[in-house]
Amino acid sequence: MSVAAKQDLSTARAWAAASAVVDPEVPCVTIADLGILRSVELQGDTAIAHVTPTYSGCPAVLAIELAVEAALLEAGFNPRVERVLSPPWTTDWITEEGQSKLKAYGIAPPVKASGSKRALFDDTVIACPRCESHNTQKVSEFGSTACKAQYRCCDCSEPFDYFKCI
Amino acid sequence: MTNNQSYGGADHIEALLALADDHLILGHRLSEWCGHAPMLEEDLSLPNMALDLLGQARNLFAHVANLENCGKSEDDLAYLRSDREYKNCLMVERPNGDFAHTMLRQLYFAAFMQPYWQAMEDSTDDTLRALAGKAEKEMSYHIRHAGEWVVRLGDGTEESAHRMVNAVVALHPYTDELFEISAPLQNCIEHGLLPDPTPIRAPWQAMIEDIFSQAYLTIPDVPFPQEGGRHGRHTEDFGHLLSELQYMQRAYPGMAW
Repeated sequence: MSVAAKQDLSTARAWAAASAVVDPEVPCVTIADLGILRSVELQGDTAIAHVTPTYSGCPAVLAIELAVEAALLEAGFNPRVERVLSPPWTTDWITEEGQSKLKAYGIAPPVKASGSKRALFDDTVIACPRCESHNTQKVSEFGSTACKAQYRCCDCSEPFDYFKCI
Repeated sequence: MTNNQSYGGADHIEALLALADDHLILGHRLSEWCGHAPMLEEDLSLPNMALDLLGQARNLFAHVANLENCGKSEDDLAYLRSDREYKNCLMVERPNGDFAHTMLRQLYFAAFMQPYWQAMEDSTDDTLRALAGKAEKEMSYHIRHAGEWVVRLGDGTEESAHRMVNAVVALHPYTDELFEISAPLQNCIEHGLLPDPTPIRAPWQAMIEDIFSQAYLTIPDVPFPQEGGRHGRHTEDFGHLLSELQYMQRAYPGMAW
C-alpha cells in the first residue's frame, strides 16, 4: 500500500471515530448528522477535528469538543479540536439522514431553509412527528434546549419538540 | 507597535468590550428570572435568551482576549474588572422590574442589536463577521418574542396596560444611549471594524412605533436622556449586580468548572 493510500485510510478512520460522537442533548443524532463536524485532517499522528457551534450560547459545545477528543484518542490519534466559526452553522447543515433520525426520535425537524427571514417570522405549519397531522399548535417559542421550541399535536394530543430554524 | 486606532488597537478592544458588556450584563439580568417567571413557558424562554446573550458575550470576550494587545483572559474581562471599567449602556443594568419592564427592555435591545449584528456581517474584522451571522438570527427570535408580549400586555387588561405604560416611561429615556458613538467606536467605524449605529435609528424607531401602535402605547418625550455607561458611569444598581456576578471569581480566584 502506498503512503498516500495509508494516509487516506487513517484520515477515514479518524473521521469515522469523530463522526460517531452523538449530540449530548439530542442523542439520536451524531455531530456529523447535525453538520457540526466540518472536517477531520491528519498532520503526522495528530488528528485535527474542525467543529462548529450551533447557537452562540449552546452549553453542549464544550461537551461535544471533549467527546470528540476522547473518541480520537481512543482510535489511537493525538487529538486536537479546532473551533470553526465561519461560515456560521444553520439548520441547513443538518443532513437528510439527520432530519429523518430527528423525526423518528419524536423531534420535528426544521422545515424551511434558514436563509429567508420568512423562516423566522411566518407561522409555518409543523407536522406532528408521530401522527403526521398538520393540526398542531405552538406552545412555547423556547423549549428544553436552546435549539428547540415546544409544540403540541391537536389530533394525537402528544406534545413534541420542534428543532427551530436558524 | 500597533496603531491605537486599527485592528487590535486600544480603541478596537474598548469598543468590543462595550458590546460584550451589554450582552454580559443583560444576560445576567435575564438569568435572574430563572425560577421566578410568571409561567413555565417564560421560565424556559428567559433563561434561554440569557444563554444566547451570555454566549454572544463570551464569544466577544474570547475574541478580545485573543487580540495581541489585550493581555487579559476572557474570565479576567468578564469577572475581574472594576465597575468603572465596564462600558455597557445603562439600560441593560437596570433592575428587571416586573415582567412588562423586562419584556420592553428586551424589545428595545433586540430591535437595536438585530440590525446592528447584521451590519457587522460587513466588518473588516473576520471573527466579528463570523459571530455576527449567528447572533443576528438569534436576536430575530428575541424581537419576535418580546414584541408579542409588549402587544399582549399593552392591549391586555387594565392592570397589564398600566404596567406596560409605566415600563415605557421608565425605560425609554435609556434608549438614546444605544445610538451613542463613543470616541473608540468612532475610530472603529472609520476603520470598518464596527458599524455606525446612526443608520439603524430610523428603522428601529419605525419598528417600535409599529409594535406600540398595536399595543396602544406611545413613545414619550424624553427631555433628559440617560447616559454615562459608555464612559463607565453607572447607576447604583450596577454595583449590586457586579457583587453577585463576580462573587465566585473573587472568593475563589481562578476557579473553573
